[in-house]
Amino acid sequence: MPTKSLQARKNLLSDPQEQLKYLSNGIFGNGKLPLFKEKIATGGSYPLKPKKLEILQLNLGYMCNQVCSHCHVDAGPDRKEIMTRETMQLCLEVIRKSGAHTLDLTGGAPEMNPNFRWFVEEASKAGIQDFIVRSNLTIIVANKKYYDLPEFFKKHHVHVVSSLPFYKKEKTDRQRGSGVFDKSIQALKLLNAAGYGREGSGLKLDLVYNPAGAFLPANQQALERDFKKALKADFDIDFDELFCITNLPISRFLEYLIASENYEDYMTALVDAFNPAAVQSVMCTNTLSVSWDGWLYDCDFNQMLGLKVASKVQHLRDFEPELLKDRNVCISQHCYGCTAGAGSSCQGSVT
Amino acid sequence: MSKTYYDPADLKKFGSISEWDEELGSKFFEYYNSVFEEGALTAREKSLIALAVSHVVQCPYCIDAYTKDGLERGIEKEEMMEAVHVGAAIKGGATLVHGVQMMNKYNKLSM
Repeated sequence: MPTKSLQARKNLLSDPQEQLKYLSNGIFGNGKLPLFKEKIATGGSYPLKPKKLEILQLNLGYMCNQVCSHCHVDAGPDRKEIMTRETMQLCLEVIRKSGAHTLDLTGGAPEMNPNFRWFVEEASKAGIQDFIVRSNLTIIVANKKYYDLPEFFKKHHVHVVSSLPFYKKEKTDRQRGSGVFDKSIQALKLLNAAGYGREGSGLKLDLVYNPAGAFLPANQQALERDFKKALKADFDIDFDELFCITNLPISRFLEYLIASENYEDYMTALVDAFNPAAVQSVMCTNTLSVSWDGWLYDCDFNQMLGLKVASKVQHLRDFEPELLKDRNVCISQHCYGCTAGAGSSCQGSVT
Repeated sequence: MSKTYYDPADLKKFGSISEWDEELGSKFFEYYNSVFEEGALTAREKSLIALAVSHVVQCPYCIDAYTKDGLERGIEKEEMMEAVHVGAAIKGGATLVHGVQMMNKYNKLSM
């Protein structure tokens, strides 16, 4: 289990170009497996075009209190990239201009951004239908300055989406660090106490499951049923929906796949599970991802691979919805992660 | 030809058995897929049964396949090991219950 980011360890894979090279060589370079563009071309979906912009996802910074072994952001306490208030001002303008119905704040731990609360207050005035904060849970109990986060979220009617890779301690701690499970349960209880996830409260609490290893997630409904049953019986915890997210071969998960000699089998499993129906609804067709420094990407994964939108407009300050609509989505072999099985997105399965 | 009887890569080629008998192969896979659908038993329960049987029939392909299937379904290692013990208990019991036959025969032939 890593204790520092790839960047702090000066690992070669902290360079997005190295990751992209890896994803294009080997089994994809020698033709053993088809390139993603070839695969979607057979169904007439290449080039991949965006549809109506519905979700604006803002990455408030790569700093995090955790160092999860699967993190595609390579987040951690040693990452210093943080969105400034000036960039947040630009975001507010874009929120109003974009017509997106969902605003999705992520990180790192977005709550660690010093301007987080100011930004949530301002953004909640913009009349967004669904205002999501992706919280890693443990941040809520990490320091007493965060203890009131559940009440703060409630005040601004924020929709909380939290990672909990499993309903048992062992698998959760192996992926997210020792002690993370107990702290996550403590945080979930605080959120429940504020009304989150409780029936009739109108305060939405969703959980995110991602596999703790080199395998794909199973049926989302079946896992949701198991999570609900176990969390209720063991801890009296309630939540709304479970989102299953497939791990993409990026950053620290890519490092794990290579080191554990699972890379080829994992990529083969993703390609074998390719689902043409999922291509129609992948999140890059309705989402824009914004980095801490204001650049625009088709999704959070492309952000981490340094693949900026293929458009004349590449930065918040030049934001123009009409121009952005004409672009082609940037793709590489990591995209197989979003089209495997029932499909995967930040909102869970897509089919 | 491979010098070993089992190659993990062969599991992926399972479907190719239909190439030499399309009708029976297709019927088998259709049946196989139906068996594992949710029914009176959940797909999760069926996966554990399959894992136990995989051990009893000592099929390395099946053990790989249903260990992975179990992980995907969130089945825990304690549950997997208990399932293997169920298989082992039945297999051990099946051996031992024949001891009664041995005793019967022994007694019949002895003065």
